[in-house]
Formats: sequence, C-alpha cells, structure tokens
Amino acid sequence: MWRRCLLSGTALWLAAGSPALAYVAYVSNEKSNTVSVIDTDKWAVTNTIKVGQRPRGIEFTRDGKFVLVAVGDDDKIEVIDAATQQVVDSLPSGPDPELFTQDAAGKTLYVANENDNTVTVIDLEKRVRVGDVQVGVEPEGMALSPDGKILINTSETTNMAHFIDTATRQIVANVLVDARPRFAEFKRDSSELWVSSEIGGTVSIIDPAKRVITGKITFNIPGLRREAIQPVGIGITKDGKTAFIALGPANRVAVVDATTHTVTKYLLVGQRVWHMAFTPDEKYLLVTNGVSNDVSVIDVAAQKVIKTIQVGELPWGITFAGP
Amino acid sequence: MIRRLVGIVGLGLLASQALAAEPVEIGIGYLGQAGIRSKLSLVEQPAENDGIAGARLAIEDNNTTGRFLNQRFSLEEVRLRDGEDVAKAATALAGRNGFIIADLPADALLKAADALRGSKTVLFNAGSTDERLREQDCRANVIHVAPTRSMLADALAQYLVWKQWKRWLLVVGSHESDKLWADALRRAATRFGAKIVQERVFEDTGGARRTDSGVTLIQRQMPVFTQQAPAYDVLVAADESEVFASYLPYRTWDPRPVAGSAGLVPTSWDAAQDQWGAIQMQNRFFKLNSRRMTARDMQAWTAARMIGEAASRTNSGDPKPVFDFLKSADFSIAAFKGQRLTLRDWNLQLRQPILLVDGRMVVSVSPQEGFLHQYSELDTLGVDRPETKCKLSG
Repeated sequence: MWRRCLLSGTALWLAAGSPALAYVAYVSNEKSNTVSVIDTDKWAVTNTIKVGQRPRGIEFTRDGKFVLVAVGDDDKIEVIDAATQQVVDSLPSGPDPELFTQDAAGKTLYVANENDNTVTVIDLEKRVRVGDVQVGVEPEGMALSPDGKILINTSETTNMAHFIDTATRQIVANVLVDARPRFAEFKRDSSELWVSSEIGGTVSIIDPAKRVITGKITFNIPGLRREAIQPVGIGITKDGKTAFIALGPANRVAVVDATTHTVTKYLLVGQRVWHMAFTPDEKYLLVTNGVSNDVSVIDVAAQKVIKTIQVGELPWGITFAGP
Repeated sequence: MIRRLVGIVGLGLLASQALAAEPVEIGIGYLGQAGIRSKLSLVEQPAENDGIAGARLAIEDNNTTGRFLNQRFSLEEVRLRDGEDVAKAATALAGRNGFIIADLPADALLKAADALRGSKTVLFNAGSTDERLREQDCRANVIHVAPTRSMLADALAQYLVWKQWKRWLLVVGSHESDKLWADALRRAATRFGAKIVQERVFEDTGGARRTDSGVTLIQRQMPVFTQQAPAYDVLVAADESEVFASYLPYRTWDPRPVAGSAGLVPTSWDAAQDQWGAIQMQNRFFKLNSRRMTARDMQAWTAARMIGEAASRTNSGDPKPVFDFLKSADFSIAAFKGQRLTLRDWNLQLRQPILLVDGRMVVSVSPQEGFLHQYSELDTLGVDRPETKCKLSG
C-alpha cells in the first residue's frame, strides 16, 4: 500500500510539473512529546524537535518566525524558533492549555485552558498574561472573527460556542451546539461560523451576526456505526466554497460543498483523524491521524489522498507558516 | 491567582444576574443508604460520600453552564437508615425536587418508584446493577444509569474471548448477589463462545475482612481451594459480597489470571481512566473532593449531567419536558467514554462502553472490535431488545 501511495504521489507530482515550492509543516505529537517538521518538497520529516509534555495546539506566529505549541501537562506554551528549529522560550498560559488563536496583528494570543474553565489572554510582545475570561466547562475550540472583534470559544461539557467581545473581554452571546464542541472556524468573509461537535456527530453552521444556528452538517457513512463518526478539525478554503472535516475514529475526512453544506465525498485517511492545515498555496491539505501515527496529504483540487507521512506518536495538531 | 479568578467569576455572576430575571431553580434529590459497603482491599474502601461526590461535581458543571442559561441546580441529600421507610422518604424528596438520583438496592428502588408513580418526579438508578429492574420489574419512571450485570459480564467475556482465554474456572460466592453475577457470567460465556470447565462455590463462613495476620492464612487457603481444577485459561470469580475474590490473584494453584470480581474487573468507571478528555474530569473531581473518582461517583455524575443536558436543550427545569427529551431520539450525553451514550427506549437503560480495569490501569474498553450489531455496537453488551421482558407503561 505504502509503495502504491508513493508511486501515485510521484506520478501526480510529475504530472503537475509545477516548480517545487517547499513549505514547512510542524506537527505536534501528543504522546512522543515532540514536534515533527515536514518538508513538503520531499514530503518527509526533516527534523524532530523535543518539546514539553503533551503537545497539542500548534500555530505559527503571524510573522512566521516562531511556532507556538501548547504543552498541556507543563501548563505552558512553548516557543519554537522556526529558523533554528529549537525551543527558545515559553509563554505563561493558564493550566492545561490546549488550543489557542491569535489576532491578525500577532499581538494578542487567546488560550483555552481546559482545567479551569477560562480563556487566558496573553500579550505576545511582552510575553505576559494580561487577563482571563470565565467560560463554560472544558474550553477547547478557539477562533477569531476576521475583523478581530469577536472571539469564539467552545466549551466541551457546557456544549456552547461563547461569543466574547475582544475589546471588553465579556461574553456577549452563547450558542448551544451539539455535544462536545471541539473546533470553531470562520469563513473568510465572516458569513458563517462552523463548530464541530465530536460526540454529537455534527457540524453546526452559525450566523455570526444573528448568533443563531442556521444549519447542521450530518454525516452518514454506509457500514460505519453512528458513534464512530466524530467530527473534529475543520478546514475551509479561502474562497469559502469547499470545506474538509476530520471525522476522528471514522478514519475519514468529509469533503463538503461549503455553499450548500452537503457532503460530496469521504476520503479515507489514517486512524482517528484530528486536525488539519492547508499549504499556503492551498494545493494540499495535511491531516493528522492520531492512532496510526501519520499525516495524510490530500490533493485539494483532485480531492484525493496522495501520500502518507510517518510522524511521531499520536500526532494531534499541524501548522504552516502563512503565505 | 485564585483570588483573582474568584473575583472574575463573581463579576460574571453579577453581570448575568443583573441582565436576567430570577434563575430557574432545578432541584435534584439524592436518595441513598446510610453506611458503607465494606471491601476486602483497604485501598478500595469507599468514602462516606461515594456516589454523591460525583453528583456534586455534576451540579457544579451544570451551574457553570446554567450561568449562561439562567438555570440554577441544587442537590438535596437524604440517607436512609436501617428500617426507614423508603417510600415516605422518596415522596418527601419528590415534593421538593423534580429529579431523584437513587443509590438503592433493587427492592428499595422499586418501592420508591411505585411511591412516585403519578408524580412528575423522575428517578435515576445510579447504584443497582440488578437485571430485573430493567426486565420483568422495569418501571416507566426510572432511568438506569448504572450498567447491568449482563452488560458488565458481556464486556468482560468479549475481551477474554478476544484474548483466546476461553476456558473459564468459575468460582461463585454463596450470597444471592454473587449468584446473580454468576448467572450473568454464564450467560456471557454462552453468548460469546467461552466454556466454563468447572464451577466451584466459595462458602462465606463469616469472619472479619481485616485481621492482623490475614495474609498467612489466605496464602494457605487459596492454593488449596483452586487445586485439581480441569485445564483452564482464566479463573472468573463472582464475588459481589467481597468475601474472597481479591484473595485469588497470585494465589491460584495453577498460574492463571483472575477476572470478574478481582484481577481484571469490568466497571463503568475507574480512577485510572484518562482517555477521551477524561483527565479534565478526573482533575475537577479530585479538586472538589480530595480523592479519586469511583464507578458510583461516575454513575451519579452522569445522572446529574443528563438532567443538566436535557434542561439546557429544552430550556426548562420542568421534569415533564426534560424527561420527554431524555426519552427522545435527540438525547445523547458525552461522558468521557469515547462515544455518545444514549438510552435504550425499551427499558430506559443507558448504553455505555464498559472499562476493564486491573486496579491501576485501564486494560481495555468493551465492546471489543469485531462484535457487531445492526443498531449500536453498545447493544452487544447486556440484554438486547428482542430478549427483553420489560414492558414500559405510563
């Protein structure tokens, strides 16, 4: 199987014939306590960086110079220098940080702290904690509205998407979604907010202006029991037309027409697929497969899995530097 | 830092209360028995607040959510002493609470259920694993959160069969509950293709569970008790009464693993469970109660969370719509077991994965891969719809 993947990958590569534009992806490996560095030119791991305990949420800083990785069991966020690929500093998050997001200017970081029902606000320049927002039980998913005015946090046991005014740091609205909301993603034009519910098995489409659910994406895979379909990571293309949704232990990524909200295809990937990231040119989508310890590479235009890359144990998050 | 957080919480509460009308009060009663059931192992000795400690955490969780929905949950505890009238206590508790979490033996639970017949109050069985409560003696006003003995036995059997430990030496205690547990294990062996090569009864001759020179005697007794057995792969012990099973591991005549009431034990929860986000919950529980979380705590937590979940979905504290929602196809609850839990509509039993634990680690979680079912793989555990003797009536 491996060989076939390799061959077809190479074939596509040759067929595409475009000049190799190498990007670098960083993958957090929850169990190994490492971050794998993937070169998209070689489609191979070029470095493995030792980090703190239980690395999960991972994101490049806006300037592309650093990679931030939440090491939950060490109660902090580590800073990796992208030039030297070494941990150079850490940020004071609250206890057990998991996912986080930053504003467009790259000045403020918002962190979900699963253990004490808070969202922590960190000044990225001074690298200090500047405030907390009290939210529901087990905060997890984090997203900023494209205009930066509203921060979304999902709480896994409260089952809500909290709308937080970033200026006042007050909750201004709460939208009840299905069980265990894990991830939130805005469309670039702010027209829709998508929230995945892992246990509920759905993705809620929310109107960010009215703050109500306007639709729900459900998944039906023949031969697969309902309980195994657990949506987590969401990726929406910049044009807002196509979305990819990782379905956890269903071992598939759903391809969704983001205009009609209908599933058009299921792509078979590795086991327990978690999170994803597009290459900056949006040609490829890389997804982390938690149980099979690998990353699947999806050709976005062809909507096909073209390659599998072995990484560390229990890969969780993935990030690319911005374009 | 803690003080600052408290300040923020306080402000949040003030703000939301200023905006909204009086919160909806949702009262939950907790009906249990006084006294604790003694265990053979000192480390397993239940705390005084075993069970209700889980409900307390769920009340906190519900109230965190309730802040955003203007709902406030409270818990009222009643402990029955020997000879106290359970029907009277349940009726009194139901007068003040729309929901009662019960940790009672089967007979007492049935008395409470029948006393509440016709009232709006819904009972949640968070303690009894008795099959008959879900079968011939099922009641329309009782939701069962605790798993049944057959669910536990099937979960264990699936794993033992997967492990190819198919020849069982079954050792059964002499009390009624031990015999019921053995019935479930025999049924599981038949269902999943294991063979009970021999059965032995361990008579409870009385005596103390804790003595000063206990080990010496036990070390002589257990090898003798288990010798001259036909060839077997695993010793399965049925000892709910905590008389002998925990003495068996490492002391069997033949070097064989032990399962059932000791060794590899099927359970709804364990302090070692840390998968599927459970670590957050274990931490919250420890912070609140200064001890680790047991199966009984988890069952009570789940019951109180089911009420909270239904109250938030229906935006109501009235037992009628809440109960209707719990019984509807829309209901499911997340309880850190890797998948949604739902209710069996034919007897209101909560479907749930069962953990197999050894006292230190979670060894496996059933249903095991490959045990298939046309509706839900969770229904490979326990008595299924076609076999049920339950007829629910309003």
